[in-house]
Amino acid sequence: MTALLDSLLELIRRTSAEIPDDVQQAILQSLENEKKGTIAESALKIIERNIALAKQKSQPICQDTGSILFYVDAPIGFDQIHFAETAREAVKLATKKGYLRQNSVDSLTGKNDGTNVGPGSPALHFHQHRNSTIEVRLVLKGGGCENVGAQYSLPDEKLHANRDLAGCRTAILDAVMQAQGKGCGPGILGICIGGDRATGYELSKTQFLRRLEDRNPNPELDRLEQDILSTANELGIGPMGFGGKTTLLGVKICAANRVPASFFVSISYMCWAYRRQGIALNPATGTVQSWLY
Amino acid sequence: MTPLQAPFTQEKIRALRVGDAVEVSGVMFTGRDAVHKYLHEGGSLPPEVNLRNGILYHCGPVVMKDEAGQWKVTAAGPTTSIREEPYQWQIIRDFGVRAVIGKGGMGQRTLDACREHGCVYLHAIGGAAQVLAECVKRVRNVYMMEKFGAPEAIWELEVEAFPAVVTMDAHGGSLHDQVLAASQAALARSASSPR
Repeated sequence: MTALLDSLLELIRRTSAEIPDDVQQAILQSLENEKKGTIAESALKIIERNIALAKQKSQPICQDTGSILFYVDAPIGFDQIHFAETAREAVKLATKKGYLRQNSVDSLTGKNDGTNVGPGSPALHFHQHRNSTIEVRLVLKGGGCENVGAQYSLPDEKLHANRDLAGCRTAILDAVMQAQGKGCGPGILGICIGGDRATGYELSKTQFLRRLEDRNPNPELDRLEQDILSTANELGIGPMGFGGKTTLLGVKICAANRVPASFFVSISYMCWAYRRQGIALNPATGTVQSWLY
Repeated sequence: MTPLQAPFTQEKIRALRVGDAVEVSGVMFTGRDAVHKYLHEGGSLPPEVNLRNGILYHCGPVVMKDEAGQWKVTAAGPTTSIREEPYQWQIIRDFGVRAVIGKGGMGQRTLDACREHGCVYLHAIGGAAQVLAECVKRVRNVYMMEKFGAPEAIWELEVEAFPAVVTMDAHGGSLHDQVLAASQAALARSASSPR
């Protein structure tokens, strides 16, 4: 086994089995906030126990090990083809070992060949940068939360949402409302204001690479993030939609330019089982230099 | 916490109310998208799959074979139930299911079928694959594996103290409807007093 294959396999294992620290902190905090003796509190207690058990047993936190999304930042001259081949190999191996469920289905025939490798799986996003470092981030995003994602085209007459930040706020809160508990809340929203239908969703998902406690450098977006978070948590949807104080754990928003004719707000919902990890690789050997979260 | 031992009598199921926390023990069968569509289209179940007075669990588990060749469930949380809304009422009616376990809740047709036929919807904790896998004491069998693949196959599981919450009862009560209405009212209040 090459060092790169080894590193990617370990990245997949750890992403699937271990919740990142920032997310765990947020879940513990929400457990403290919930009213004692409620079903919301008992749901969060089971979630807390599940996180500990998955780590201890090195088993998937959630059986839906999700869409496999790699984000790779690499220097000029980096061999993307070799990386992609190795990543596919690592995914196959991880599936054999049970770190990933046999989770990839041919959309036309309905066949699941059990490898998790096929058209579009895993998804690989490469970004070139001028540093010498190689950073690989992985997000495993389950289908339940993916299904409650939503894209709004503003103006939206039914929602009275115009092409401004107030309109974006209305659309985002509508998405939270529609999702209720179906996306395995408490959830985290990744949002892109602008872009086209494809880039809007793509960029909304890159927001999941941010740490939960970070703040948006753009003051307007920062205000919107804080506002949506506190407003959503007053709606009483709660963990699993059982009612309660914690509907969202975080809101992350970016903006992209749009064409004058379009104004999309693209909202991706991440479940509490927020599986995101990353590694910095030694460029010479392919071994793991450090963990990014 | 109410312990529930499958199979169930209708009386036992009708005694449950929205908001009750339960712990389920006994046999359950998994069935998700492919199985529901198949049954809706008139497909028949293998004779060993007896859902009468039993449990249908919306779940696509991770199952591995151990060294001895025994199946072992290594992750087994619920999947989103609303996708089965077009089919569930019919399966409750035709197969005599007493408890559907899943997540996210279901709609009016399922709620009506629960009331009419004496069935409840039990909400498990979505994503809690390890806690719930621990409750699976044995895999008794698997059916239709060839046809549907591992996550979509019908797994016959023996469980102990599987935690869930009654969110739709056999009297027309739905926690999902209650929370939706309350959150809509809260949102309307927040919209009328913007920050």
